[in-house]
Amino acid sequence: MKLNLTKVVNGCRLGKIQNLGKTGEHTMDIPGCLLYTKTGSAPHLTHQTLQNIHRVPAMAQLTLSSLAEYHEVLAEYKEGVGKFIGMPESLLYCSLHDPVRPCPAGYVTNKSVSVWGVGGRVEMTASKFMAIQQALQPDWFQCLSDGEASCSEATSTKRARKSVDRSLLFLDNCLKLQEESQILQKSAIIGVIEGGDMLEERLRSARETAKRPVGGFLLDGFQGNAATLETRLHLLSSVTAELPEDKPRLICGISRPDEVLQCIERGVDLFESFFPYQVTERGCALTFSFDYQPNPEERLLQQNGTQEEIKYLEQTTKIKACSSQETTPFEMNLREKKFQEDFAPLVRGCSCYCCKNHTRAYIHHLLVTNELLAGVLLMTHNFEHYFGFFHSIREALKSDRLKDLKELICKQAS
Amino acid sequence: MAAAAASPSSVESAPRILRLVAECSRSRARAGELLLPHGPVPTPVFMPVGTQATMKGITAEQLDALGCRICLGNTYHLGLRPGPELIQKAQGLHGFMNWPHNLLTDSGGFQMVSLVALSQVTEEGVRFRSPYDGQETLLSPERSMEIQNALGSDIMMQLDDVVSSTVTGPRVEEAMHRSVRWLDRCLSAHRRPDKQSLFAIIQGGLDAKLRATCLDEMTKRDVPGFAIGGLSGGESKEHFWRMVALSTARLPRDKPRYLMGVGYATDLVVCVALGCDMFDCVFPTRTARFGSALVPTGNLQLKKKQFQKDFGPIDPECTCPTCQK
Repeated sequence: MKLNLTKVVNGCRLGKIQNLGKTGEHTMDIPGCLLYTKTGSAPHLTHQTLQNIHRVPAMAQLTLSSLAEYHEVLAEYKEGVGKFIGMPESLLYCSLHDPVRPCPAGYVTNKSVSVWGVGGRVEMTASKFMAIQQALQPDWFQCLSDGEASCSEATSTKRARKSVDRSLLFLDNCLKLQEESQILQKSAIIGVIEGGDMLEERLRSARETAKRPVGGFLLDGFQGNAATLETRLHLLSSVTAELPEDKPRLICGISRPDEVLQCIERGVDLFESFFPYQVTERGCALTFSFDYQPNPEERLLQQNGTQEEIKYLEQTTKIKACSSQETTPFEMNLREKKFQEDFAPLVRGCSCYCCKNHTRAYIHHLLVTNELLAGVLLMTHNFEHYFGFFHSIREALKSDRLKDLKELICKQAS
Repeated sequence: MAAAAASPSSVESAPRILRLVAECSRSRARAGELLLPHGPVPTPVFMPVGTQATMKGITAEQLDALGCRICLGNTYHLGLRPGPELIQKAQGLHGFMNWPHNLLTDSGGFQMVSLVALSQVTEEGVRFRSPYDGQETLLSPERSMEIQNALGSDIMMQLDDVVSSTVTGPRVEEAMHRSVRWLDRCLSAHRRPDKQSLFAIIQGGLDAKLRATCLDEMTKRDVPGFAIGGLSGGESKEHFWRMVALSTARLPRDKPRYLMGVGYATDLVVCVALGCDMFDCVFPTRTARFGSALVPTGNLQLKKKQFQKDFGPIDPECTCPTCQK
C-alpha cells in the first residue's frame, strides 16, 4: 500500500492510495468515503441495485458489531467475509462499531472491549479479536481500542489517559498477534487515536501510535453533535499535525457534508458514508447542491431554489417539532403532502437510477404505503448523490476551487 | 370502434388476444402468446402480484431482467392510495410506476370482501369504509371500470360478487347471477375497449350446475378473455380441480383462461394440464418475506439453524442473481 499525495491545499490532502488489496491492484482516491454496509450489504440494496450506482467507493465498511457473532461460521467458511457477502472484488475495512448505533458505554476493561450484535454483547480480548479478524480477512481493520473517553460530556484527564494507555496496549498486543498469523499478513491494522478532549493525551496518542507499524490512523471520539465538533476541530488539527503524511487518516462518526469539509481542511482523508443511510431511514432524499461552477442560468435557479427552501423550512420548523429524527438542510422529506403530485425527479439532473426512472410522487406513494421499494430507491439516490459530492470535492481541490464548494455547502447548511 | 352498448348481443367482436402455438395431445394444456398493448406474453404465464404499484422490494428493472412481462396491480389498494385521479395524471399505472410491460388489474372485489370487515354487498355494488380515512364508499361495476380505465391496465377484470368457496346455499347462486348482471354493467361502462381487455369472471362456487349456468351465460358475452374465480380459497383439492376442469371444458378454446389466485407449484402444473393459461398468486412474494426460498423439491426455510453453515447457493442450477452470488 502506498499513499501518493498529489497536492496539499490549505491543509486539505488530495491524492491516491495505491497497491491496495490482496492482489495489490486496487486504488482509492482521497479525500474519499467508504461504502457503508449493514452486516455486509449496502442497506436496502442487493448487488444488482448496488451496481446501478455510479462512483461506488472501492472500499466498503463492515462493522465488527454486526459480524462478531458469526465468527464460527466465517471460520468454517475459510474464504473470508468478502466472498461470504458476495463482494469478493471489493476492498474491505472492518470498524469496531456501527456509527449509526453507538454501543452503551462502560464495557471496556484493561483486557477487553465489547460490541453489541443481534444476540447481545460479545466481549473480546485481543486474542479473540484477532481470531475474529482472521476469519474475516479484511484488507484494513480498526484495532481494538477504548473509545469511551469521548462518550460523556466532561471526561476526566484520568479517563482520557486510560483510553490512550489501553488503546496502545491493545495495539501492541494485536500487532504481535498479527506477526504470528500467516493469514493476517495481507491485512493492515489501523491504529486508533484516542484521548478524549485532552490535548496532551491526544498528542501523546498520536505520537505513540505513529511509532507503530500501522497501515493508517483512525481518529476516534470526534463525533457527537454539531456543537461538540466545533470545539473538537482544533484538537483535530493538532492531532493530524503529528501524523505521518504517507499514511491515510480515517475518521469515524462524521458524515454530514459540512462536517466532512471541515475535517478535510484539518487533514482527514477518509470518511464513513452512513449519512445517506440515515437520510434514507427518515424518508428523505439528499438534494444539496455541490455544483460550485454552475452556468449562469443554473446559478439563478439554484439561488432561487435555495431561498425558497429556506423560506419553506422556516415556515415549517414549528410544525415539524415532533419529527422523529433531525432532518438536515441537505435533504427533503418525501412524505410531505406537497410531493403527492410532483412528477419531477428527486433532483433534476441527477443521473441515478431513481431520478432517471421515477418521480417524487411515486416515492411519496411508496413511503406512505410502507413499501420496501421506497428504501431501495431512496438509498440508491442518496448514495449516488453523496458519492457525487465526494467526487466534486476532489475536482474542486484539483482546480483550486474548494473555497467555492465550501461556500456553497455552508450556504445550504444554515 | 363504438363503445360496447348495453345488451350483450350488440357488443362489438372482442379482439382475439391469444395466439395458440401448441396444444398437448394428451392433456388440455396449451402453449401460446398473449398479444397485448405492452408487448407479447408467452403462456402459460405466472403473474406476480405487485399490489401497490410496486413488486415488493424489487425495481422495475430487476423484474424485467427476471423475464416478467405482465404483473398485477390491485384496484382496491390503488383506488384508495394514491387514487385514480393522481395515477391518471401520472400517465396511468404504467407511467406512475414506470413499468414498460403489461399490467393486469383486478376489480377490487376480492379485497373488498376479504380485507374489509364491514363491507356490504347490494345489487348496486359493494359498500365499504376506507381503513385510511373512514370514509364510506361504494364500489360499483361502473366505479370499478372508471378506476381501472384511469389505471390503464392492459387487462382489467369485471367486478364480480365474490363469495368464499366454503360458503354453501342460496348465497352462492345469488352471487353467480349477480356477477353475470355486473358483467353486463361493466361492459357498458368500459370506456377503452380498444386499449384495455376486459375479462369476465366465472363464478358458481363448488356447485357444478351453477358453474355450468354461469359459463353458459358469460360465454354469450363477447369478451376477450375469461377468468375462473371463486376458487383458491379453502376448498378441498377434490372439488377444486373438478371445477377447474368443468370450466375449461366449456370455455372457448381461442380465448385465454385465467385461473385467479393459483398458486402453489403442484396446482400450477395440474391446472395447466387442465387448460389454464394465466395464473397469479401472492405466494412467492409472501413466502420470500418470511425467509423461505423456493426450490424444485419444495422450499427451504432459510432461517433455520441447519442452513447456518451451508455455503452453497439456494439452487446450483438457478441463473437468478441471488444464486449466481
